[in-house]
This record gives sequence, C-alpha cells and structure tokens, in this order.
Amino acid sequence: MAVAPDTAGIRGVTGIKDATAIAGIGQTPFARQLPENERTLACRAILAALDDAGIAPAEVDALASYTMEETDEVEVAKALGLGDLTFFSKVGYGGGGSCATVAHLAAAIATGQATVGVAWRSRKRGSGPRPWKNTSVQLPTPAQWTRPFGLLRPSDEIAMLTRRHMHEYGTTRDHLFNVALACRNRANQNPAAIMYDRPLTREMYMTSRWISEPLCLFDNCLETDGALACVVVSAERARDCRRTPVYIHSAAQGLPAQHHGMVNYWNDDPLTGPAWTAARHLWKHADFTPDDVQVAQLYDAFTALIPLSLEGYGFCGRGEGGAFTEGGALESGGRLPINTGGGGLSEAYVHGFNLITEGVRQLRGTSTAQVPGAATCLVTAGEGVPTSALLLRS
Amino acid sequence: MLTPVVDEDGAPFWGYAAQGELRVQTCADCAEPRFPPRPCCPHCQSFASEWRAVSGRGRVWSYVVPHPPLLPDYAELAPYNVIVVELADAPRIRLVGNLVTGPDAPINSLPPERIRIGARVQVVFSSAGLPQWILERP
Repeated sequence: MAVAPDTAGIRGVTGIKDATAIAGIGQTPFARQLPENERTLACRAILAALDDAGIAPAEVDALASYTMEETDEVEVAKALGLGDLTFFSKVGYGGGGSCATVAHLAAAIATGQATVGVAWRSRKRGSGPRPWKNTSVQLPTPAQWTRPFGLLRPSDEIAMLTRRHMHEYGTTRDHLFNVALACRNRANQNPAAIMYDRPLTREMYMTSRWISEPLCLFDNCLETDGALACVVVSAERARDCRRTPVYIHSAAQGLPAQHHGMVNYWNDDPLTGPAWTAARHLWKHADFTPDDVQVAQLYDAFTALIPLSLEGYGFCGRGEGGAFTEGGALESGGRLPINTGGGGLSEAYVHGFNLITEGVRQLRGTSTAQVPGAATCLVTAGEGVPTSALLLRS
Repeated sequence: MLTPVVDEDGAPFWGYAAQGELRVQTCADCAEPRFPPRPCCPHCQSFASEWRAVSGRGRVWSYVVPHPPLLPDYAELAPYNVIVVELADAPRIRLVGNLVTGPDAPINSLPPERIRIGARVQVVFSSAGLPQWILERP
C-alpha cells in the first residue's frame, strides 16, 4: 500500500512572508589585499555565520551563491563538513544577485526543500582580477555594441544613464555627493569599514579625478578582498537560535521586459530599470509601504544608482531621486538613513552582501550607526542589472 | 583598439557597416525594427527578418567622457567621448558610438565641451568599418 508523503510543516502556496528568518551572519576582515584565497575566505565567513546562529555545519542542507562566485557548492560542502545538500542555487548578473541568494533559501525552506541554508559571497576584488578586464571573453553580445567604441567599464555604462538622468530631471553632482557623503559618514562610525578613518569633504569630492564624466572617483565603489555569509532557517527554528531573528518579510527578483544587461539603452524607458520590476512584487506581498521603512541598504556600486533606486522602490516620484538626497535625508536621523555600515562606497565592495548583513544588524539593534528602534529595513541588489531585493523586519 | 567579436545575429550589421551602410534588423512580418539583433521578433514572435537601410541621421541621447584607468589603447586617447545616438528613423533604436570631427578621425578628435544632448548627428564610417558620428552643424 502506498504511503502518503509527510507534508507536515510544508507551508504550501501561502508565500514566504515571515516564514523564514536570518539567524546568523558572519564575515572576514575587509582589506584592499588579504593573504588568503577566496575558498578560504568563504569558509571562514560561513563558519562565523553558523557560529553566530549556534548551528552546526552538519545541519546545513542548502546553499545559495552568485554565478560569479568562484567557490562552488562542492568545495564549500566538502571543506566545512556540511550535511547532505537537498537544495543549491546560483544567481546570475553579479551584484544583482545578492538579495536573491537569501530569497532562494527562504523559498526553499518555506516550501520544505531544506531546513538550514547558507548564502555567501567571497571576493578578491582588491587584489584579484576584475571580470570586465578579460575583454576577449566578454566581447561577444552585448559587448560588440559597446566595447569597440571605448565604453569599457561598468562605470562608463552607468555614467551614460547618469548623464541622461541629469539632463531629464536636473540631478546634480551635489546630489551624487550627498550619497557618497552619507555612506562615508556611516563608514567613519564603523571600525570594520575600509574608510573608517577617512572622512570625505565636498571639496575632496568636487576636485577628485574623473573616472567617467559625469562620475568621479568618489562616485565609484571600493575594490575589496573579503567574504560574508548568512544563515537562513524557518521562523520557528530561528526563535530557538542564539540571536534575535530577523524575518524575511518579502523578496523579489526583477528582470524587466526588453532589459539589456548594464547597458540598458535599448528599451522604451531606460531610466526605469530592474528596481521598478522588483519593487512591484516586493510591495505587493508586504504588510507595509515605503513610508514605513526605517532604514535602507541600497546597492551602491555607483552613487548614481541611489537616485534610481529611491525612485524605483517608491520612496519618491520618478525623476525626484536626486532632490530626495537633499537636506540630510540619507544621513542618520534623516528621512531614510541608508547604508549604515558604509555600503559598497565606503565599507567594502563585496557585491552588496555587506548590505544584507548590515540590514540584519540594524534589526538586531547592533549597528555602529544604529537607527533607534529600527524594525523594518529594505535591502537591494544592483540596480541597472537584473536585480533582487529583500524586506526585512524584526 | 578592440574590434567587434561578431556573433551570428550581429554579423549582418557589421557586414553592411564595412560597406559604408547603416542598416537595422527589422521584422519581415510586422516591420518593427529591433536592436541589438536577435533571432526572433519580440512583438510578433516571427523568425523572419530583413536588414533595412536607415538615413543615418540621429540625435545624441547621452554621452560620457572616460578617463584612465582604461585598456592601454583607449588610455592613450583619453579623455575621449562615447555617445548614445537615437536614430531619427526609429527613435527607440539607440546605438553606442563616438562623436568625431570627420570620417576616420580618432575618438578624441572632438572636444567634449562641444557635445550636447539632443544635438543632431550624421553617421560616417571608419576605415575599420565602425559607424562613427559627426555633428550635422559643426
């Protein structure tokens, strides 16, 4: 006689809202150059995150990472003594994948495919190779339409959208400086940040060298060696872990119709990027609105991504992202404090994973730039590329 | 300098450019132009396409001025401009290129301060077969 499968505990199609939580976070030091390789750094960050959660490596049965991660599941599982894996996932598009790694684990755990998931990012970006320098590999579509003309780097590609945003909406370099300054001010409060002891002034910003006009040196993120990880479990399990659970309230990925990589010049409306698509799904499944978000960790490989994200996630109207940054809005005590660990611009650039761990710290009440009583946090992945986002709550 | 590594979908574009012609892939069934080239029409899902000649006139949609660090060939010419041109015949078709002073002029030949969004431009071709752009009213 056939035996029906045991479906107790499987949440079915009710969605992932608050069904799972981040129970542990971990990281290595951040530096321009670290002696250990990416595999070793990944292992250290994952063990730190499991220790933070109070969960043994053998209990891990799910992994999620980015396609650009060079430490694969087989290596991690073998090195750390993980258990049998029943779910593993890799998300593409570089910095657009950060939040999706956590979202995939949340979905897997909420639907009973796994019980303990780890997501991580390990990178030797300060001392290792940068992917876009390998031009012969990357030159076929879409690079054949851009690289021969000298549009070579992500900075050049985003600067093109920045110039257009400035032209259409009156966004200024002062607006971009407001973003860079908010991130730097928070990094100056965070001893783990690479720019901890290096304040930024408006004069430094305005007189710095160009990278790709209209973007200057301080509009570009750091290049960093380091690794981070976080542990996702069911909400029930998280309540028995060492730390205050941080619930995954809503999650989304976004790849808009007719979108094209980071050179999104070829659809009808290039200034409404993947953030708009992710945001629609994110808010549809949330119990609160942008007005209720107390702190945000917005992907900042370039300052200009912040105005685009503020518009896309509904904190202001279209074209108002530059003006939103005025009057200290992004600073501690402002309308929307952002990137409270310093972000990719001033803490570390590890493809945005540090924004997830900082979001967790805010909701635990342990950030070095704590927003008093913060109970809701938006975390986003790279705007301009197929992206992802998380709404976290305590 | 980097030369285009051509894929099957893009090859006709570069073939026409080498002959001094700017052509855009167009659906042979619904007549919608599309860029970059691809096997199937996103509007009607037809696999039939043709390469339609365009006037080669357009407007600057946006531009950047890259500075080093860059690949060595480009670093030597920096600062130079890169523009995105919106085609007059098909405003949703935008091409990345360079604004230069004349056919085959280097990518740093036009001072960046002379570039304006909305400026009218005309296509020319380099000896290497790359589309380039000159100001209609220099």
